Amino acid sequence: MKKDLLVPSRRSVLKGMGAGIVASAFPGYTWAQSSAPIKLGFQLHRTGIGAAYGRWYERTAQAALKGVNDAGGIGGRPVEILFEDDATDPKRGAEVVEKLANDGCDLIFGPLFSHVVIGSAPRAGELKIPYLVCSEGYHVASGMLNRWTLQPGITDVRSQVSSMAPWVAANLGKKVTMVYPDYAFGYDHRDFFTEAIKAQGGEVIAQIAIPPTETTFTRYLPQIPAETEVLYHVMVGPAVLTFVKELGDFYGSGARPQIFGFIDSLEAVDTASPGLEFLEGTYFWEAMNRVKQDGQSDHEAAYRAAVGVDDNGASVTDAADVSTYSHMFSVWETLHTIKAGMEAAGYQSTADRQKFVEALEAMTTMPEGPGNPQGDKLFNGKTHQVFGHQNISQVTGGKLMRVHRTSIEDGQYADAVDYTTMSF
Amino acid sequence: MSFGPFLLLAVMESLVTAATLALTAVGLSLVFGTMRVVNVAHGEFFMLGAVLAWFVTVSVGGPEWVGFVAALALAPLGVAAVATLADRVVLKRLNYEPEATIVATIGLLYILQQAALTFYGPEARPVEPPFNFRIQFPWFGYSGYKLFVIFAAVAVLLAVWWGLTRSKAGLIMRATQVDRDTARAFGINVDRVYAGVFALGAALAAIAAVLIVPIQQAHYLMGGEPLLLAFITVIVGGLGSLRGTVIAALVIGLSDGLIAFFYSPTLAKILATLLVALVLVFRPQGLFGAKA
Repeated sequence: MKKDLLVPSRRSVLKGMGAGIVASAFPGYTWAQSSAPIKLGFQLHRTGIGAAYGRWYERTAQAALKGVNDAGGIGGRPVEILFEDDATDPKRGAEVVEKLANDGCDLIFGPLFSHVVIGSAPRAGELKIPYLVCSEGYHVASGMLNRWTLQPGITDVRSQVSSMAPWVAANLGKKVTMVYPDYAFGYDHRDFFTEAIKAQGGEVIAQIAIPPTETTFTRYLPQIPAETEVLYHVMVGPAVLTFVKELGDFYGSGARPQIFGFIDSLEAVDTASPGLEFLEGTYFWEAMNRVKQDGQSDHEAAYRAAVGVDDNGASVTDAADVSTYSHMFSVWETLHTIKAGMEAAGYQSTADRQKFVEALEAMTTMPEGPGNPQGDKLFNGKTHQVFGHQNISQVTGGKLMRVHRTSIEDGQYADAVDYTTMSF
Repeated sequence: MSFGPFLLLAVMESLVTAATLALTAVGLSLVFGTMRVVNVAHGEFFMLGAVLAWFVTVSVGGPEWVGFVAALALAPLGVAAVATLADRVVLKRLNYEPEATIVATIGLLYILQQAALTFYGPEARPVEPPFNFRIQFPWFGYSGYKLFVIFAAVAVLLAVWWGLTRSKAGLIMRATQVDRDTARAFGINVDRVYAGVFALGAALAAIAAVLIVPIQQAHYLMGGEPLLLAFITVIVGGLGSLRGTVIAALVIGLSDGLIAFFYSPTLAKILATLLVALVLVFRPQGLFGAKA
């Protein structure tokens, strides 16, 4: 009996070949079967500490979906997205991956928070379902995850900070104190900015890690050494506004170092909020400028209109509802990459998931266009990571105005992994 | 920063923590002392206070202080109304049985939290402070509003103390606390006293939240931390002892703040929890509680 299973009989081989011939002789049959919509699962931070991002990720996904469907869908098939809330919780994240896979989704995309991604990606790998994250974390390119996990929509933190360190060292100062959240995302900042500033002859003189659930921050601020030339801050979660306000109170009208922050510390927050006046003249990283800049491309203008963001970076229907503009574009770009990848792979059904991943791995340059409004990008199929341009903005008159844009080459580093050699 | 200014900043921050903690914990302690109900939903009353404060300030408009004063008046009233409803609909029907009410208030916790998520949403929303005044020390600046929080909390606590010890309502409450059956025999409407105490406890948590919300933001998950700290405070101070609760709030607020400043916030939480364990083992009635 056992032998029969391992060594196919002549009859079963013939049967199999016959089935293959029948299938290839009737391609129309397969096309008819796959006129059903393509179903994409979206792992959404609708509630929990990532809710501000989730709100805008969902809107961006809906806007991108409408654009793709209006243009004929993917491979001629309509597309639908199934949103599932993970409460920005790693445990729930893995369950959401499982649920979306059981609901028959062709793939899953959309999570941002790195602890959720790291908690969910192994399950996606076990279920052999493509998992496209919009997360910034270095965990994809570091080799920590698996062949089914890719990040084609946003540059990782390592690349971001490496590309900006030279500008920081040359323009702001060389003695840096870092304030960052005490988990994976913050450690990426700590490790790679420290390394990058050292390469510029600078030095990180203090590293202050703050738990992401913290609600008050003044107690951490005296740890900032007085000789600090540049204060580097990146915070996430519902308390970001408190952090920035308390920083303002702490320095008051006294002397302060140069301040370079990641816009994460103020995503979904108006830079002109009361209590934030001290930010005037300080600098921020932005992946995409929330305030409309001179020379905004037509693609970005179309994107801005489609997702419903005004010239100040807030919702067109509510000026107080500020977008997460430097992150949410990744959802738009990921959906367009999914379209390109599925069409290149000739994707028909969930049986073609592997072909889809291989098609993405074969991608390289992504020109700026309607699908990539943030700018052109370079995808590294070996590390599953995309690389793009970064912007440094200065708060001028309460608005974030670009003062520097990095090149893609600025953010390149040696590959740490080759996922294409791993088995599926 | 040299040690002196460092200590000054640490003490001021700790006093803000202690002040709001005292308000929240006194509410929890009153409810337990009088009703013998361990109110696990207390943190959600705090959250509800903050959320209502946001709704009030947004709908009132005008200068910031007008909205803030309106919130300080209306949000605790709204929370007290919700608490009264919970008392009438749930706790009373369970005859205030200790085990049953713990489970019931856990349920209440989830109902309130999910209701806030449904009607208010998952975002953290700021409430503007009534005034933006910054005290500039030679070494650092400090928000004047935070100092106001300390004074306001002290004023509310004094009012509560006066009400309990000097007013007739306070007398009735204390009588019910000592012996509910005898109080009933003397014609005291114990049901009304319970409803009133539960409402007052919730209102105190709400006042603490209205005071804190211009510093933090209103968020549907913000009730967890005050609940934990309030429980620690009440256990250390002695369940039902107002004086013990206030002193414990000061000790825990200050030690939490100072340890967090000089060492790490995690160590502060570890030590506070250890203190609770030690108190439970060696002095289960709390530092100031009467022997049961």
